[in-house]
Amino acid sequence: MSDSYSDRNVQREVSELETKSATAARLFDIRRIIGGLFVVYGVIVTIAGLAASDAELDKAQGVNINLWTGLGMLLLGLFFLAWLRLRPTAPPPPAPEDTGEGVGEGA
Amino acid sequence: MRTSSRATKRVLMRTPTHPAVLAAELRLPTNWLDYTILGIYFVVVLGIGLAARRSVRTSLDFFLSGRSLPAWVTGLAFIAANLGATEILGMAANSAQYGVYTTHWYWIGAIPAMVFLGLVMMPFYYGSKVRSVPEFLLLRFDKAAHLLSSVLFAFAAILIAGVNLYALAIVVEALLGWPEWVAIVVAGFFVLAYITLGGLSSAIYNEVLQFFVILAALIPITILGLRKVGGWDGLSDSLTRSRGADFMTSWGGTGIGSANPLGANWLTIVLGLGFVLSFGYWTTNFAEVQRALSAKNLSAARRTPLIAAFPKIFIVFLVMIPGLVAAVLVPKIGTAGSDLQYNDAIPYLMQQLLPNGVLGIAVTGLLAAFMAGMAANISSFNTVFTTDIWAKYVVSDREDGYYVRFGRLITAVGVLASIGTAFLASSFSNIMAYLQTLFSFFNVPMFVVFIIGMFWKRASMKSGFWGLLAGTTAAMVNYFVIYKRGIIGIPSDQGANFVSAIAGFVAGAVVMVAVSLFTRPKPAEELQGLVYGTRSPGLAEPPAHGDDAWYRRPALLGWGAVVLAAACYIPFSF
Repeated sequence: MSDSYSDRNVQREVSELETKSATAARLFDIRRIIGGLFVVYGVIVTIAGLAASDAELDKAQGVNINLWTGLGMLLLGLFFLAWLRLRPTAPPPPAPEDTGEGVGEGA
Repeated sequence: MRTSSRATKRVLMRTPTHPAVLAAELRLPTNWLDYTILGIYFVVVLGIGLAARRSVRTSLDFFLSGRSLPAWVTGLAFIAANLGATEILGMAANSAQYGVYTTHWYWIGAIPAMVFLGLVMMPFYYGSKVRSVPEFLLLRFDKAAHLLSSVLFAFAAILIAGVNLYALAIVVEALLGWPEWVAIVVAGFFVLAYITLGGLSSAIYNEVLQFFVILAALIPITILGLRKVGGWDGLSDSLTRSRGADFMTSWGGTGIGSANPLGANWLTIVLGLGFVLSFGYWTTNFAEVQRALSAKNLSAARRTPLIAAFPKIFIVFLVMIPGLVAAVLVPKIGTAGSDLQYNDAIPYLMQQLLPNGVLGIAVTGLLAAFMAGMAANISSFNTVFTTDIWAKYVVSDREDGYYVRFGRLITAVGVLASIGTAFLASSFSNIMAYLQTLFSFFNVPMFVVFIIGMFWKRASMKSGFWGLLAGTTAAMVNYFVIYKRGIIGIPSDQGANFVSAIAGFVAGAVVMVAVSLFTRPKPAEELQGLVYGTRSPGLAEPPAHGDDAWYRRPALLGWGAVVLAAACYIPFSF
């Protein structure tokens, strides 16, 4: 083997693997998981907020933090589910999926 | 999280000195509700691993998600891989100790480097189809540079994964009362399970999820913390009174020659942190770059660090404000007069402010961040070990399925090794701190070698190896001999880090140039697509449908992030 490794080797190898790759076709869409988890969390925490005791309110500086956080998480979860519904994963072979990039940037 | 959180290492390594005190002080009043929330998260983590398993057919799927993920996923994973719990706790600690200086680690110490990675470097990384950062060195330089960087990276990744695991164990013991070994074994098991099953896709998906859980944890802490101390004005007034006006500014007291707690002036901040350390971490640390390499096309790969830059600009408020609030509520924090360490800022606020429910979210977020910090290192370790070390120097030319199986095996070995490292760290925390500093200096010459290799065609094949070696040595000598022995006086570890980084950069660059002048250059046809101003034939992909939309233009995103970060400095500069 020469000391210099040709870049052609890597490029050929990776290009070949790309044609056999299964990720694009078979990997599920993460929006479904984020949406589902945050809806569940949102409901749990919102209920905890609705049932908040005075002691809990005092601890959180008079803010019903469970209620607000719960509603926030619920909204985020619904946003992801709605996004998934409006722009479902495109079938991979013809064109790469067309999903927006708007999420999380203002976080 | 290597260089971006030098503070972390210092702070974390201090925590174990008072474990008993901590446990009594900071135990959280968790109940069944919080544990339900935590339990649901663990189930989802495993579910992601199981569901991602069927997408792994080739080694490219396992190590690089088949280069097929959309930009928003890789972008959020890019930021989450950095947003480990050591970073969160460490930067809150940094804020409690140094105040608003913490913003430098974000606005100048991250954004310019992330934008540079996306706009300038990514076409070479992604376009050359390399699977890892060391593999790029193999193409651009030679096997010596490749092997040196691969082996050092593999060691560093395990070490950092182990330190993360140990940090998790300390925090979980203090907050929840679990014995350290239980936390280490449980977290290690979950990381092992989801990466072995689903490979990088599973790691990245978990990072995206973790990003949102972390936000859900930090936002309530920040809001309630601010409310407790009378809003931003109350916070600012109180700290200006107790710590002086510079504490609430980014640049106050950083004139050359004037003393400040950070021990750094504006020049060492800009050059050491903003240029050398930050570019070294963000542009050559494979645990980060790997996320961008898994994007589905060049446009998505370039946008990965750019999309990550926008949350990075604002996350500083979510870690800095809790740190500042803790400095108000516990004026003696971090000194001998208090049981609380700087590192305890966020756990302390969780205990004081959060009712059950949100508390469970916060505990989940913290645990998720620890696991993601570890997983990012494990998933980059298995890639480098398999494709760069094993497949090139030990067992090459086997069928692809063999390397997938080997990758799974080495993931298990890596997790076990980091569990071992974590146990080692619990008995020899000083040695670990030392080792971590040692490895952190490796990023600096990596960046020199990359930048010179990418922009100077004449840089010879041999110059890569010698530049790496010389730069690493110079940074270490400066830190461990010149600074630690007190030959020149630098007021703090942070300041010494910045100066050492600059020394390593200069030494690496000088040696590279010198070696290049005396050894033969790489033939021009082998540099196509690797050096600025060349184009690899056949790599020009047609732009994907929709990628020409204005909000997806890399230049606009990148410069937008830089301008926004600069604008953020304005209110904190006067």
